[in-house]
Amino acid sequence: MERDKNFILGVYDDEDVLLHAVSEVRTSGVKIHEVYTPYPVHGLEDVLGYKRSRLPIAAFLFGLLGTTLALTMQLYMMRFDWPMIIGGKDFAAIPDFIPVTFELTVLLAAFGMVGVFMISSDLKPWAQPRIFDLRSTDDKHIMAIDIANNTSMEVAKIQEILKSSGATEVNNKSFE
Amino acid sequence: MAHDVQHYNLDQKFDFTAATKKSVFTVLIIGAALLVIGIVMAMFGGHHEEAAEAGGHAFHWYERLYANLWINNVYFTGIAIIGVFFFAVQYAAQAGWSAPISRVMLSFGNWLPYAGILMIVTFFVANHDLFHWTHAYLFDTNSPEYDKIIDGKGSFFYWPMAKGTFPAFYILRMVLFFGFWVFFFTKFKKISAQEDQLGGTSHWFKMRSWSAYFIIFFAVSSSVSAWDWVMSIDTHWFSTLFGWYVFSSWFVSGLSAITLLVIFLKSKGYLEMVNENHVHDMGKFVFGFTIFWTYLWFSQFLLIYYANIPEESVYFIERLSSDIYGPYIFVNLIMNFFLPFLILMTRDAKRHGIFLKVVCTLIIAGHWVDFFLMVQPGTLGHNGGIGFMEIGMFLVYGSAVTFVVLTGLSKGNLIPKNHPMLEESYHHHI
Repeated sequence: MERDKNFILGVYDDEDVLLHAVSEVRTSGVKIHEVYTPYPVHGLEDVLGYKRSRLPIAAFLFGLLGTTLALTMQLYMMRFDWPMIIGGKDFAAIPDFIPVTFELTVLLAAFGMVGVFMISSDLKPWAQPRIFDLRSTDDKHIMAIDIANNTSMEVAKIQEILKSSGATEVNNKSFE
Repeated sequence: MAHDVQHYNLDQKFDFTAATKKSVFTVLIIGAALLVIGIVMAMFGGHHEEAAEAGGHAFHWYERLYANLWINNVYFTGIAIIGVFFFAVQYAAQAGWSAPISRVMLSFGNWLPYAGILMIVTFFVANHDLFHWTHAYLFDTNSPEYDKIIDGKGSFFYWPMAKGTFPAFYILRMVLFFGFWVFFFTKFKKISAQEDQLGGTSHWFKMRSWSAYFIIFFAVSSSVSAWDWVMSIDTHWFSTLFGWYVFSSWFVSGLSAITLLVIFLKSKGYLEMVNENHVHDMGKFVFGFTIFWTYLWFSQFLLIYYANIPEESVYFIERLSSDIYGPYIFVNLIMNFFLPFLILMTRDAKRHGIFLKVVCTLIIAGHWVDFFLMVQPGTLGHNGGIGFMEIGMFLVYGSAVTFVVLTGLSKGNLIPKNHPMLEESYHHHI
């Protein structure tokens, strides 16, 4: 079966029920594709077993790039390309370069982080968001399970697990 | 999430054991021994001739002792008042996470009465040897030493007395600041103790109001005390952000001291509700305010360097062009910015005691160097430096403060057991 096409959806009313349901479903061996909630649910990443984001590493590296870029740019301009005496200082007056270095570090760290985040979460202006259930933007928590990822288990069995974990509805959803 | 009922021992008291006392006294004795060696060396190995050649007044060994007293007075006063300030901030900000460690912060205030007495006594003993502006001849228009600039600033020290007599306004401010700081500290302690007895939320609201009053008072007094106690040493010179600069130095070293004490108490088995989430928050404060200090230090430096106005840049020329102080400028930046910034950058470093122990110790030593650089060049000039006397005096003060703080901490309940936000802090999760 093709991945990312056919899903079973568990619909939950209550975040406490949802949090318990996620652990139950996971311990019973079902792999969860994603959980959609109308608002951030505290502790959900933990029960889903998500690893910590590596975004800070990207931020640090982009920041480092900004620092290097800023210092080399200013040194090249002010010392080699077009030396100028400003305020009687050396051509390579490092303290003068620090504010610009700081700003470029912050700028590149921020832009780099946003860019990496958008790429890694597949966000692009022309991206068509897949809506599993419109009510996940209102008052329902939706647990999506990719059937193709759980071939070792029968669909009916998965539906049974979802029901017993407290789902108010269990639906199917297919994308073209 | 399911809220399991928590069973913590809320009646625990810190037991200042003989073993802990012994290690504090060992440090005290080592410090005292180094101090004595330093004094003896200064007495017999002095630089009398050099000073005389330089045309200044003869240098006496005790001036260095006074300068050391002053550095540590100002520095440890700062750590003590920051404990009270950070406590007040928790209430003013209605913070819940910090409830179990709030008494740890407050306990630093126990040093304040001693600090106040030491400060006033040192001022009267050292007087001319520390503060150039205390010389009466500076204000005498007939004197060849008459100084127009200091005369213009004279009223700030001497009002309402005649300039060059008794620094009434200066002493009044010193007494007023310490008086109010101690008043607020005892007030907080009293309300907190009452809360243990009576419970309810009324004490929390009362504390919040008093905290707000204290923060307003501290906003003014922290800046003015920095001008009085530190900036007035270089009497001609001024810097408009000096108050904030001193405050930030105090703040980051105070936060480090609080973090160290929390980690120490945890290692002794107290404060079991304080977990890595609370430690993480303290780590973030230390990390953040390290950068804040650097920002202020650099802002002061860059503007003076860039504008290059002689009466401003003299401050840095005195330090950077000196063989004694020049290297410490860089030591200061490495200890207080580069190392803490790089070590504490990751999340794990802020959550684990071992990194914080290293960084906080580094910062406490580093900011002492910062105050050393503020005080010694203006008082001792080329007769200063970091030697046995400096290290010894720092250890003596450090262990004395530790002793007073821990004794104060052992007197009451360690945890404010009726704090309305205690439950919230158990579930603190970041």
